[in-house]
Order: sequence, then structure tokens, then C-alpha cells
Amino acid sequence: MTEATMTNEVVEKTGVDRKVPDQTVGNVYVDEPRMTSRAVDVYYGDKQAIDGVTLDIGAQEVISFIGPSGCGKSTFLRCLNRMNDTIDICRVTGEIALDGQNIYDPSIDVVPLRARVGMVFQKPNPFPKSIYDNIAYGPRIHGLATDKVDLDNIVEESLTKAGLWEEVKDRLEQPGTGLSGGQQQRLCIARAMAVSPEVILMDEPCSALDPIATAKVEELIHELREQYTIVIVTHSMQQAARVSNRTAYFHLGKLVEVGETKQIFTNPTHELTQDYITGRFG
Amino acid sequence: MSLTSILLILLGIALLGSFYAKSHVLKMAGSQVTAMHSLPNHHFAYTFLVTLLPSAIVAIIWSLSEQTVIMNLVVGTFPENIQALPADLMSLTMTKFQNFLNGVVFGEPDPWMVASGEAYVSMVSNSRWGATLVSLILAGLGVYWAVSRIEPQFRARNRVETIIKGFLIVCSIVAILTTIGIVVSVLFESIRFFREISIFEFLFGTHWSPMIAMREDQAGSSGSFGAIPLFTGTLLISAIAMSVAIPVGLMSAIYLSEYANQKARSVLKPLLEILAGIPTVVYGFFAALTVAPFLAQNGASLGLDVSTESALAAGIVMGIMIIPFISSLSDDVINSVPQSLRDAAYGLGATRSETIRQVILPAALPGIVGAVLLAVSRAIGETMIVVMAAGVAARLTANPLESVTTVTVQIVKLLIGDQEFDSPKTMAAFALGLTLLVITLCLNIYALHVVRKYREQYD
Repeated sequence: MTEATMTNEVVEKTGVDRKVPDQTVGNVYVDEPRMTSRAVDVYYGDKQAIDGVTLDIGAQEVISFIGPSGCGKSTFLRCLNRMNDTIDICRVTGEIALDGQNIYDPSIDVVPLRARVGMVFQKPNPFPKSIYDNIAYGPRIHGLATDKVDLDNIVEESLTKAGLWEEVKDRLEQPGTGLSGGQQQRLCIARAMAVSPEVILMDEPCSALDPIATAKVEELIHELREQYTIVIVTHSMQQAARVSNRTAYFHLGKLVEVGETKQIFTNPTHELTQDYITGRFG
Repeated sequence: MSLTSILLILLGIALLGSFYAKSHVLKMAGSQVTAMHSLPNHHFAYTFLVTLLPSAIVAIIWSLSEQTVIMNLVVGTFPENIQALPADLMSLTMTKFQNFLNGVVFGEPDPWMVASGEAYVSMVSNSRWGATLVSLILAGLGVYWAVSRIEPQFRARNRVETIIKGFLIVCSIVAILTTIGIVVSVLFESIRFFREISIFEFLFGTHWSPMIAMREDQAGSSGSFGAIPLFTGTLLISAIAMSVAIPVGLMSAIYLSEYANQKARSVLKPLLEILAGIPTVVYGFFAALTVAPFLAQNGASLGLDVSTESALAAGIVMGIMIIPFISSLSDDVINSVPQSLRDAAYGLGATRSETIRQVILPAALPGIVGAVLLAVSRAIGETMIVVMAAGVAARLTANPLESVTTVTVQIVKLLIGDQEFDSPKTMAAFALGLTLLVITLCLNIYALHVVRKYREQYD
């Protein structure tokens, strides 16, 4: 982190007034950004859901988005791979770039973009196909495998990375929907990894899972941070504290505070962050 | 007294009794109204149902069976020589007697007829009085029974709910009984038919010509009942109809559910469903007057010999008729594929058409198959379009440009005009009906099975 960016964006504590700040508290920039977002606004029809979010997402980091329900953290997450395109009335302004290239540029095709920025959803959503076909779906549509052996390797590798290979290697032809909830979610993570994305977006990936399955997914996230950039939306502050190295706090569509996870949870700067962390609302 | 007036009186008694029962129970409860087991209205309803139901049922059954019972009794008053007549003459005499009772008399009526007629008249009047009396007594007993049982702790609500549940069960049984009744009546006529014509000849014979000489000396065919040409005709027309309806219906369902925005959808879907509301006769003359001549003309310019009544014309129009079935049902099925599956595919970078082809359609397939099977049974049962556009000649052919006929059309043809109900020609209609019923029943059961299997998958 350069000193210039440090001094530039650090905003002083705003006193007792708990207004949502116009400028984000903390350092929104990183040295080697994988994705950058500049003054992003999102509107659903006339309603503004995201207001001026500027944020860098570094390579090989796990950043978690926290905040009360309806604060826009999922909306912002879905902007990062243009999943909001599927909603007719959704409009995004500002600039979001992946490796320096604006993903909302008209010349950008969303299909390869979504292969580079994968996504895992709140509820496990395996296709009603076999475990094998679930993983092979992405490589097939993007033509990543040259032959059957290659495809087999991708499937095995993805399942191994997701820690699921040992559990399912003997029943790859069985439907993915027959797995337990936690296994299904790891299957979905494996499916996202099978197209070798650079960034994986996770939208509350553990909210439908029991504590044991949650622990496994969190362990997995820990291992994946070596290779991928992971953005995770979560309602569980313990989870954010456990898995991420940076944390962003959203409130009413604005990015209130960003910082090292340790700093956010032990010494939050903004009152709103403090109130949320200490459980005064949420 | 007529049945209507009896019923009105019973209704009056039931209402009065119920009002009395309600005020009675309120008086008994005094200030403890809230401590009553059931609401006062439940006591009202209990009394009303207990009074009206048994008495009204008895009155209705009585007047429905009155005629039969009295006629049987009247026969007993006939002179012995008349009673001793053989069965066929007896039925003639009974008809004569009926006509006499209705005031249709040719010449001077027999004296015994006058005497029995008077007996009949007095029996009817006695029976009316009996019906009135019995039902009124039952109603009175009902009021008494209800009022004597009612007290604040009486569980009127539970009893009313039991009666209502029984009523609901009866309603659902009516539909089932009707189905069984239809099957049984068709079945018995078919059995009579199969006594005269072998079932193998019927199912596997290839010549259909149901004309039978009515007298020994009459020229004409002796009738042949091979139903194969009818089934191939049905199959041919249904196949043409489905090959129009399935692609068009499915594609419009996909457009409506995946591509059309909310506004287009809200306009297009009702418009498409209007097709289902057009009477089949209207489709029939559209087929006969517009499509068939169009095909014939264009066929001629292509060097094809298209008959003016062709399976193709009927099949195409029938297919158009069926489009809304398939599009509407498939649209519902596609919409019920969870959004999370679409998100999953889009999230992996699938295009819209890849998502539809590889994720949504496979997930919706069982439901779509169900829709198609329902549409097929509709196509098999369709008659009017075929009569008007495909002709009535039973011909064993696979050429869609020729005229063919279907099972339903032949049933209509066999049953219109003057018929004798003991000739195989007429009874053949029932055998055809039975076969058709079995086929569509199997299709429907299979369709329901497929739809149910689909439902289990996502709920």
C-alpha cells in the first residue's frame, strides 16, 4: 500500500453524528487490484440500491461484505459478474473493471466474463443432472476440454479442490440433487471452479447449511484463497472474521467502511460499523 | 302436493326451527355466551341441517320412485287374462295404458282400463299425501331432536363440520360415479357387440364397412367391422396435429417464459389462450373452407394430388387448436423451474439459449411431456374438425393428402339418424367408444403420473 493512497482516502471519524458518510471510511484501494469499482450506482427502476461505491478487490484476497439486510451488499456482488443483467429494471452506472478492463463496456461479452468471475449462490443449486455433468457443464459450454480424458481430469481436479472427490468418486453418475446440503454447496463451488475463474463471488454460501457443513465450506474457502480472489457476502460476522482478510461494511446502499478484517472487528472507525459489529442493530 | 311445494315447506320449518334453536341456546347460556362450546350460528346450522337433510332426501327419493312403484301396483289391478299375457304383448298393453293415462285414447277405452286408471289416480294422490306427511313428520322430529340435544356445552360445531365434510365427499363421489357409470354403460353395450363380432376381427380387421342389410332379401353388404382403418386415421390426424402443435406450442411457451418481457407476456398469453376458446365447429369450417382448398390448389401446382377433404387440412387446423394447450401448460412448467437453476447456468457463463436447451428444458421435460400427452388425448377425441375437413370414408392409408376418418367421426356416423339398438352396426359405436376411452384413459393416467413425478422433484 502506498502512502499516497493511504492519506488520500482515510477519512476522520465523523463524531457522534451517525449519518451514512458520503465518503467511505478506511482505505478502499489495494496495490494489486484484480477488480476495481469506481463510483458505482445501481438503480432498480427509480429506486437507488447502491450509491457511489468505490472499492478495490485485490488478487488472492478474501474480502467479505457485511451489513444489515437490504444494504445492497448482494446487489453490489451481483454487479461484479453482471448477474444483474438478467433483471430487466436494473441499471448500473460507474465503472467496474476486471484486470483493468471495464466489464460494463459495450464491447465486453458477458459470457466469457462470467467464466472469469464465477458465482456461488445462497441456496445450493446443482442442476438436476449427474454429479459429473454438473461439474462438466461449464467446461463443455466454454470448450475448455479437448477430449474425454481432459474433461475427466477437470472434473476430478475441481472435485478434489472442493474436498468432495473422496466422497463422490464412486458415484459420479448419480444425480447431484441427491447429495446432502453441504455436499451440494461444495459441488456448486467445484462447478464454479471447473471453468478456472479468477474471481469467485459467494452470496451467503453457508446460510442454508448446518454448522458442520458450514465449517467444511469455510475450510475450503481458506484453501482456495491461494489461487483465487474470493468475494463473500455473509450475514454471519463470525464467518467474516474467520475467512476474510478484508471486510467491507455496507449500509443503505453505501460502502461505509473498509479495512483489514482484524481492524474492522476489533477497532471499527465509523459509529455505524461499531453499532453493527456490537450487535446494536442488524 | 308437488315436490317443489313440499321442499319449500320443509325449508320453512327448518329455518323456523333453527331460529328457535339459536335463541333457545342463547337463553340457556344466559350471560355465559363466551363459555359455550360452539358459536350460536353452529347451533343454528346444526338444527337446520338435521331438520332439512333427512326430510328433503326422503321427499326427493319418494317422488323419484313414485312412478315405478305405482305402475307395478297398478298391474295388480288388471284383469287376470291381461296379466297372463306374454311379455311382448304385455309391454304393448302397458304403453296403451300409459297413453290412456296421458289422455291419448283411440276409440272407446276398455272397461278394465278405466277401472285401473281410477285406481292409479287414487294411488297417486295417496302417495302424494304420504310423501307430504312422512317428510313433515321427519322435519318435526328433526327439530325436536336438535332442540332437545342443544345446550351450551353441546358440540354443534364438530357435528356441523362432519356433515359438511360428508357433503364434500358426496360431491367428489358424484364425479367418480359418473365416470364409472359411463364406463359401465359403454362396457355392457360393447360386450353385446363382441358377442356378435369377434373382438379379434374388430381390433385387427382392416376393412370397415358397418352397413348391414336390415332384411334378408335386401341387397348390400353384410357389414365388416375391422377398426384398423379408423385407428390409423385417428393416428394419422393426431400425428399431423401434434407435429404442428408441439413445435409451435413449445416455442411460444419458451418465448413467453424466457424472452418476453412482462408487458408482452401479459398481452400475448391471453391472446394465445383465446385459441382454446374457439368452438371446434368454427375450426371445422375454417379447415374445410379455407385450409383444405388452399392445400388442394397449392398441391395441384406442385403436381400433388390433394383431395379436397384431406387428413392434412384437418390435422393442421387441429394442431392450431391444440397450440394453447401445449403453450399454456408448458409455460407454467417452465416458469416453475426454479430461478436458482437459471442463475447457476448464467453464473457459469452460459448463454440464454444454452441455459434454455441444457438446463431449463431438461428440468421441465417431464411437465412438458405431461402437457403433450394431455394434448394428444384432446386430439384423439376431436371430432368436428375431422367430420368437416377430413371426410368420413374409412380408408387404410398413410398418405396425409387423402381423406381418412377417425374413430370419433364413425361413432357419430353410426349413431345419427334412425337406429335399431340391437344391430351390431349401432353397437359398434359403443365398442369404438370403449376402445377410445381406454386409450385416452391410459394416456391421461400416464400424463398425470409424469406430472406428479415432476412435482416431487422441486417441492
